[in-house]
Amino acid sequence: MRVNLTVNGEARQADDVWPGESLLYVLRERLGLPGAKNACEQGECGSCTVYLDGTPVCACLVAAGQAEHRDVRTVEGLPGPDGLDPVQQAFLSAGAVQCGFCTPGLVVAVHDLLARNPTPSDPDIREALAGNLCRCTGYENIVAAVKLAAGA
Amino acid sequence: MSTTTVGAGAGIGTSPLRPDGTLKVTGEFAFSSDLWADRMLWGATLRSPHPRARIVGIDLTGAVATTGVHAVLTAEDVPGKKLYGLEHADQPVLAMGQVRYAGEPVAIVAADHPETARRAAAAIVVEYEVLPPITDPVAAIDAEETVHDRGNLLRHVPIRKGSLEATAPVVVTGEYEVGMQDQAFLGPESGLAIPAEDGGVDLFIATQWLHGDLGQVADCLGLPPSKVRLSLAGVGGAFGGREDVSMQVHACMLALHTGRPVKMVYSREESFHGHVHRHPARMWYEHGADLDGRLVYVKARIVLDGGAYASTSMAVVANATTLGVGPYKVPNVVVDGYAVYTNNPPCGAMRGFGAVQACFAYESQMDKLAAALGLDPVDVRVRNALEPGDTMPTGQVVHGPAPVADLLDRVRAAAPPAQRGDDLRELPGGVANTTHGEGVRRGVGYGIGIKNVGFSEGFDDYSTARVRLEVVGGEPAAVVHTAAAEVGQGLVTIQAQIVRTELGVEQVTVATADTTVGSAGSSSASRQTYVTGGAVKAACEAVRAAVLRRAGRDDVTLRGGRLVTEGGEVVADLVDVLGDRPIEETVEWRHKPTHPLDPRTGQGDAHVQYAFAAHRATVDVDVELGLVRVVEIATAQDVGRALHPQSVRGQIAGGTAQGLGLAVMEEIQVVDGLIRNPSFTDYLIPTILDVPPMRIDVLELGDPSAPYGLRGVGEPPTISSTPAIVAAIRAATGLALNRVPVRPEHLTGT
Repeated sequence: MRVNLTVNGEARQADDVWPGESLLYVLRERLGLPGAKNACEQGECGSCTVYLDGTPVCACLVAAGQAEHRDVRTVEGLPGPDGLDPVQQAFLSAGAVQCGFCTPGLVVAVHDLLARNPTPSDPDIREALAGNLCRCTGYENIVAAVKLAAGA
Repeated sequence: MSTTTVGAGAGIGTSPLRPDGTLKVTGEFAFSSDLWADRMLWGATLRSPHPRARIVGIDLTGAVATTGVHAVLTAEDVPGKKLYGLEHADQPVLAMGQVRYAGEPVAIVAADHPETARRAAAAIVVEYEVLPPITDPVAAIDAEETVHDRGNLLRHVPIRKGSLEATAPVVVTGEYEVGMQDQAFLGPESGLAIPAEDGGVDLFIATQWLHGDLGQVADCLGLPPSKVRLSLAGVGGAFGGREDVSMQVHACMLALHTGRPVKMVYSREESFHGHVHRHPARMWYEHGADLDGRLVYVKARIVLDGGAYASTSMAVVANATTLGVGPYKVPNVVVDGYAVYTNNPPCGAMRGFGAVQACFAYESQMDKLAAALGLDPVDVRVRNALEPGDTMPTGQVVHGPAPVADLLDRVRAAAPPAQRGDDLRELPGGVANTTHGEGVRRGVGYGIGIKNVGFSEGFDDYSTARVRLEVVGGEPAAVVHTAAAEVGQGLVTIQAQIVRTELGVEQVTVATADTTVGSAGSSSASRQTYVTGGAVKAACEAVRAAVLRRAGRDDVTLRGGRLVTEGGEVVADLVDVLGDRPIEETVEWRHKPTHPLDPRTGQGDAHVQYAFAAHRATVDVDVELGLVRVVEIATAQDVGRALHPQSVRGQIAGGTAQGLGLAVMEEIQVVDGLIRNPSFTDYLIPTILDVPPMRIDVLELGDPSAPYGLRGVGEPPTISSTPAIVAAIRAATGLALNRVPVRPEHLTGT
């Protein structure tokens, strides 16, 4: 089947999509956007978090067909004309990136958190990011990155 | 991973940004599962559903007939050696006549869509004669039925020090158990194999050890190593789980067979079956002490379940045994460690590598000893703390700083965390709203551990670095090239920092790690900054010597792109000395040699360097529901010299969190040889709600025999956070808790 969707502000088309494919597969393998990651493919780790019509979702749990005529924003679409989004810059500066596999999903999740709550408390941060697993950092520098971005 | 150029930045001891960081935060960094090639096919693996069975027949018809399938291969198609393994080649590339664990690869398929490949693999009909699996490692030691012809005992390591007959007035005993932990790196096993015109293959792979893979892959493909070229693709975490080969040979076989690029990416369920795990352990300990709490003897027996294949079990059991009494002075030691074959999932390297299991037992024993004597748990540890010049149970003398007592004092003296507030989210159970404080008890516990850094027992442990200095665009610039795997720890940053420090140039490029340069050894054993850092430093020194020879000076250093005397006088610009003739040096660098253990007494200088970390854990336990919330963890660790302080703290926080996982949640549940929870829904790793704020105290005491004085950082924080948390839960509940992970039912008795 053919899927028509908007990705990072651009109208895109994916052809020959098998109906069992996820939005994640279409983004990664058909549209050349491998930023969203494939770590568990059952919605447990948050590595594939993208915006779907402005709401963060696990792209692995969205069937490709469900994205028809909808608006998707991935980590690749976050930087503005002046460079990195403040959340991305904060992850870099705070040392919140080690292997980096969880990073794209976390960056989108934090981007969403700060849009909803510009000055989150420590429990707010932890509650908001509980769906994003990181195996490298122990989360210490991720919390620091969120606070840094919130102050930016 | 792409070649990365670091702009203006700093040398060692500062924390410049990661050169791969921008790509990682924008999603552009190419992990091994992100690779793509024109005409690429997808590989899939058919695995055994049985832990032990004879293969009666394999019918490939259904798979071969599937539209879109390009290859279906079995053991008969393995072109070279049929067996591989890191220390002992006992693992079939594809099963030959029998399977020894559930998940063992039996056949592989290449197709034009990953789902087609998976369905074709599922269409293969394997007829098995199912046999009862051997699953109890203790019984397996002497069992008549064996997993392999050689018997079930992989290795017995005995340690004998002092008197075997020592007695003491105070004796505490315990039996302890550690469950099977998974590395749970987020990036699944994956890679891309591309057939080459010369009949060889190029493999882009996420691994910890390019040359470790190279030897095994070339052997199994029946190709000379020169025709198998490996390049490091982006690695999504490792923690030991990528030290062994997984899909490397399979992807290359499919690529060579089809003449097309083949990509393989494991699903999470397959990943749980596709790599080795941390050894489950059963341990029996007896500690004897005098009435002041000074240890007189330790006797222990440690049994590690190696599962179906050897992997690194022989080295893991040596670590568990040689480090088996912890960082304490013990005059009399009798320890026996056993690694055993069973039909359980194979076990091998995971962060801490044998030291984790033993630490849970000996630290539990130290708490028990303190309780028996009415002493403070930290006091009894400090009273027995190892000091420089003391001997380990192996007879090896501990050289350089060994701040065991100091680390304990530091975590004890750290300010305690705040008392519990009213926010529901800071209670055990959190927003599940299971308590408003009733039934909640706070406990505090301590742990300290010891880890060897680097490969041991006489292994020729070295790394190779190539450093090139040249003029680019009118500026001096350096390229550093090694085969060392960046797995997230930040080695790419460190390499550039070392070059900047040694050669005084700003512009440093870290070339992609690949096998066109000599081996760097494995990114494991907390060794890579030490050994590859040492090699890069040595290569820079060789380059600098060549610069000085060319300049005809022996009294200058390189600083800011200039040759400068000690007095600060600039004698030449590096650009002028180099001209259009680059200087390149390749150096193999070794740490001081280690020696084998005596096979009867376990005596010998087997280890390179010891590293220490101590933890204090504070927990709140809902004793009615068995829910644990770790409130805070304080860590103190001596890192010798922090080359990149921010990354050092990142390693300590991350390692501590993995120890927390083992303490309260992480276990691969194996029943009758079958993994019952191969998913992130059922195998829980700590979320940001489970990991508390950390207080991290980094000491830099300097090891005079190591490059820059550094001490390996990665593993020590993983080792003692587990016993510290369990000690805290014991303090809150009064329960014995001899097994990790501690589960709610262990606390409620239900």
